[in-house]
Amino acid sequence: MTQLSPLVLDDVGVVLDGRPIVRDVSFDVAPGQVVAILGANGSGKSTLIKALVGLNPVSHGTVSLFGTPQPRFRHWERVGYVPQRSNLGTGVPATVREVVASGRIARRRPFWPMSRHEHDLVEAAVDLVGLGGRAGHPVATLSGGQQQRVLVARTLAGEPDLLLLDEPNAGVDHASQVAIAETLGGRADAGASVVVVLHELGPFAPLIDRVVALREGRITYDGPPGQLAEGAAHAHHHDDLEEGGWLPPMQAPLEGGR
Amino acid sequence: MWDLLLAPFMIRAVIAATVTGLAAPGIGTYLVQRRLSLLGDGIGHITVTGVALGLLTGTSPTYTAVVVAVIGALVIELIRASGKATGDLALALLFYGGIAGGLVLVQLAGNGAFALQAYLFGSITTISSDDVVVSLVLAGIVIVAGLALMPQLFAVSHDEDFARASGVPVWFYNGLISVLAAVTVSVAMRTVGLLLVSALMIIPVATSQQFARSFRSTMLVAMVGGLVASLGGVVISAFLNLPPGATIVLVSLAGFVATSPIGMVLERRRRARVPYDPDALPLHETSEERHRHVHGPGCGHLAIEHGDHVDYVHDGHRHAVHVTGEGQHYDEH
Ligand SMILES: Nc1ncnc2c1ncn2[C@@H]1O[C@H](COP(=O)(O)OP(=O)(O)OP(=O)(O)O)[C@@H](O)[C@H]1O
Ligand SMILES: [Mg+2]
Repeated sequence: MTQLSPLVLDDVGVVLDGRPIVRDVSFDVAPGQVVAILGANGSGKSTLIKALVGLNPVSHGTVSLFGTPQPRFRHWERVGYVPQRSNLGTGVPATVREVVASGRIARRRPFWPMSRHEHDLVEAAVDLVGLGGRAGHPVATLSGGQQQRVLVARTLAGEPDLLLLDEPNAGVDHASQVAIAETLGGRADAGASVVVVLHELGPFAPLIDRVVALREGRITYDGPPGQLAEGAAHAHHHDDLEEGGWLPPMQAPLEGGR
Repeated sequence: MWDLLLAPFMIRAVIAATVTGLAAPGIGTYLVQRRLSLLGDGIGHITVTGVALGLLTGTSPTYTAVVVAVIGALVIELIRASGKATGDLALALLFYGGIAGGLVLVQLAGNGAFALQAYLFGSITTISSDDVVVSLVLAGIVIVAGLALMPQLFAVSHDEDFARASGVPVWFYNGLISVLAAVTVSVAMRTVGLLLVSALMIIPVATSQQFARSFRSTMLVAMVGGLVASLGGVVISAFLNLPPGATIVLVSLAGFVATSPIGMVLERRRRARVPYDPDALPLHETSEERHRHVHGPGCGHLAIEHGDHVDYVHDGHRHAVHVTGEGQHYDEH
């Protein structure tokens, strides 16, 4: 059985408030592939990711998920989305565990409680992002970077086959970035596909099979990370984009991790 | 004293108060989470028209109130979901139209103005056995749905975009919360009254938020608090001959005020019990010195690689750039 491509974009355009934000974007993601989307602020990365999960309208072209055109796609439990930022701390208190458990919502049937196995998956996801000791704490009492990690754990708990992450390491310390990158790498090795919006590859560098760079909503580069021409999308990050691949992640002695 | 407590009208009032006290904060927790704390108030205003229609046509106001409340709640949800800037104004028009229309209709019904009073402010003497049965069934549905669908309703009220991206039919659950709120309003109008129903949906939640850490415990504690306030209010109002709605609301407010010092102490203890933050950054010293230039390659200060950043030697100590939301400053390293 040939595996269907988890994500195919064909000439996708997104128009918001009458303004074209994303234009002529075409690429497809193979099973197990890890794709980084790079681009300056306002280049349309978040707009594109949101369109893929149906939060923005696809105004032009088609998005297909696992072989089905997005408007008719029903298996959303296979797709995991990590928003760029979310105001977790508002309203009624909710614990880290409760928020992470809500990541399984696509797989749950109304009126059915979670199984033992599902509870274990939630705890494992909380542990993975290094918040094991805080599972019972209200999310509002966590720092910004810790809340970002809760968002990642929530999506991991849903066991998606296609992960769409919008800057999952914004404000996240180095050790946790390494942990998240390793987890995503593990999922990719198991066959999951990952599309991740980043500003710097950082600890994700070893995983990335391919880089798609956006500028003003259009693709300016699509290929292996090492060959991304200096300044193509990220002139201010050219230090990271030297020939021969990426600098190994450096870290301070106090930061722990590996 | 027992004569009063065991009087048939009192037993009916106590049953109605019990289910109201449990259902109102249960659904109110979702409203607070969705930042729609005043939705119950809006539905209450619209429901005045429903009660008036009942009085005018001679049907039981309980039935007409449920129908009008549910329609009103769904219209409110449609306006809200459309996200139009004019939606706020549209809601205001709907609320005032509901209450004004109700008052005019009641006048047309003849002596209705006095009857309406019972629905606006609550009444423990006018609840019929039929009303009790309807209240039990409707409030039962609200309580069961609110508890059994907690994962779905929590996901939708906590992060609507994430729920939508997960394929959850968000429109359905949002509509369900609105309908459950409307049903709760129709049930609660017998004891609390339409003008104060929102208070019983919100105040117990505000009270339990002070101690609870999780969503589930916030809801359960709020339901217990609502039950105590509702029962206490009805009994006090019977003995002192006070309007039940206002008494219930005052009792729950008293609960909030009485427990807030406990909430504050608990919060302080909780913070103190976390010995240190395992994820905290290492000691963070900010340099107070003003800089005439931004450190960078070629600034004249010796640059030293320090882990993932570069320190600049400055008057015998090291400076590292720290970019924060407000701007950047230099840390001492
Ligand atoms: N709801 C909206 N309506 C109209 N324009 C929008 C909307 N959301 C975003 N935009 C515009 O679309 C452009 C791209 O925004 P987007 O959030 O996709 O950028 P991004 O690449 O994710 O940037 P960042 O790196 O800051 O996250 C911006 O110019 C923004 O002003
Ligand atoms: Mg973005």
